[in-house]
Amino acid sequence: MTQYRVLPGPEHFLPPSAASMGICLPNPGEAHINGVIVPEEKAYEEAAKQFLMAKVPTLFPGPLVLWAWNEKAARKATAIRHLYNTLKECVQPGQTPMLIPMPDYRPKYPKINPEVEINPNHPNLTIWHNKIDCCMFIGVHCHQANLSLKIIRGGTSCYTIAMCAQAGHEDAMLSFRDASVEKIMKLADTVKRLKGTVKPRLTSAKSGASN
Amino acid sequence: MADTHSVIGTKNKKGQTFTDTWKMMNEAPRTPSFYTGSEVIKEALRRASCDVMIAYPITPQSEAAALIGELFAEGYIGDYFRGESEFAVMSQCAGAAFGGARVFTTTAGPGTMRAMENFPMWSGARLPIQMIVTCRGINSPLSIQPDTLEIAYLLNTGMLVWHAETAQDFFDWILKGYMVSEEPDVHLPLALCCDGFFVTHTKDVVNLTPTDMCLPPYDPYRSPVPCMDMECPPVRMMRDPFIMKSNYISYATHASWQQEVWAAVERSRKHTIKWLNGLIETENTDAEVIIVASGTAVSQGREAIRLLEDEGIRCGLVKVKVLRPWPGEEIREATKNAKHIVVPEFNVTGWLAKEIKATIPDSDRVNAGPHVCGGMTMPPEIIASEIKTLLGMRTMSLAGRGS
Repeated sequence: MTQYRVLPGPEHFLPPSAASMGICLPNPGEAHINGVIVPEEKAYEEAAKQFLMAKVPTLFPGPLVLWAWNEKAARKATAIRHLYNTLKECVQPGQTPMLIPMPDYRPKYPKINPEVEINPNHPNLTIWHNKIDCCMFIGVHCHQANLSLKIIRGGTSCYTIAMCAQAGHEDAMLSFRDASVEKIMKLADTVKRLKGTVKPRLTSAKSGASN
Repeated sequence: MADTHSVIGTKNKKGQTFTDTWKMMNEAPRTPSFYTGSEVIKEALRRASCDVMIAYPITPQSEAAALIGELFAEGYIGDYFRGESEFAVMSQCAGAAFGGARVFTTTAGPGTMRAMENFPMWSGARLPIQMIVTCRGINSPLSIQPDTLEIAYLLNTGMLVWHAETAQDFFDWILKGYMVSEEPDVHLPLALCCDGFFVTHTKDVVNLTPTDMCLPPYDPYRSPVPCMDMECPPVRMMRDPFIMKSNYISYATHASWQQEVWAAVERSRKHTIKWLNGLIETENTDAEVIIVASGTAVSQGREAIRLLEDEGIRCGLVKVKVLRPWPGEEIREATKNAKHIVVPEFNVTGWLAKEIKATIPDSDRVNAGPHVCGGMTMPPEIIASEIKTLLGMRTMSLAGRGS
């Protein structure tokens, strides 16, 4: 049993992949929090609390939900918009929910505009610029999501959540698996239910290349 | 778009039923058949719902590659052609897999080495291609005979690497291999190795699944990277060559990318254990001496154990089925009581013994050998003799001037 835990960084100049440290992905019906397998119900609560505590809770929708390339993608996009609107309704003054897309995976040269997009090759730039202290990836291909999650954990203190349509992400601090419209809506419902019960953090994300 | 689950129970154009793989492999009736390893490869492919097979002749895999051509002629394979060289074949396999096809190829020895540049590319691009490696000698002077040295080169490519002992392993693992390597959290190429000739050209009784059952098709939309679908909108997100840029971000991304490939190797552990019933198999691990081997060296080890039992010497056995992911914990546990760990190998460098030494405590317990190579057989008597020597027993000379 590994003692390693997937925690907000900045962790290291080059943090290890959580899988290489013995963290395993959840089975259907489960999620993980900090690398520890938990019932999915617990993850809804924790994810909602993290959103409600954050100064800049942010959703990062990826290409799989940014285009209506099939009916399911379109319905997921609507659910994600609902989750974003729910966050805006439920946060307190001083908290600023954001919705920043990851439209594609090509590195942005010479310079990304971090106010309008995030990129898996240098996601820390968008996190730092917007002082994002809690984020959720959704609709990002698993490989690119893991690249991003590791880089974010390495260089920022942002709390990362993955709402993965496949097997989940051990490089996130909290990960759902088998994401569906219903699961996104359930997370929105949980945020709504916990509104006013969670004290927001006063400080925003620390930045820094390494610890 | 393909939906794997929706096709279960329906038929393909050859009248085979797409079957839940677990049921097909574990519950369906089996028919004993007397086949060569090459024929077994063909029979596995008949049931694999394979889209593309690309071939190039090199002994000892040529027969299997030709037999799969017959399958194509019969309509069981979507497409089949010969590349211009092994390097071309592996590049063409990548193209087919990028396009969302289930891909199969076979190679051996110098062919493996010639194509080597492609294998880390396959892994980095997360392409779940299956490649049969029928191992043979690789160095000059030319040898077509069995020798497992090429496996050592595959171990650090980021591919999954399995080492079959028998034709039965081969049949089952070809089909199960796709189930592991196509998992979205894995999605890596698989090098399924065997010892050339010993497995490919000898006949054995193999229990086959029904010919009217086949694997569900590959669903490229579960891939962790975008497939090159030119019709659907997430199309323009190719894997850009960020390594062409010289800056910190490019280096850090490439580092993270490499880590992700090896993370995927780690994730395959769970699925491989489920499908192969463990990464290793063990017998009598409480014995003072344990043979740890992979491939046909396992069979020779078994025979040596039988010979030693006749003399009242008890030995254990660890069959290493999977080399990547490396079964380190399993080997540590299985060998924890052994005073001597004997590692017979069909190669000159003893790569398996080196891996084991790097894994276990008190690695001076590892006896790296006996080794044979260049096509030599490994008589079980030489393994038995080595074990008796380790135990301080007198043993008759097995090689000499005949005096």
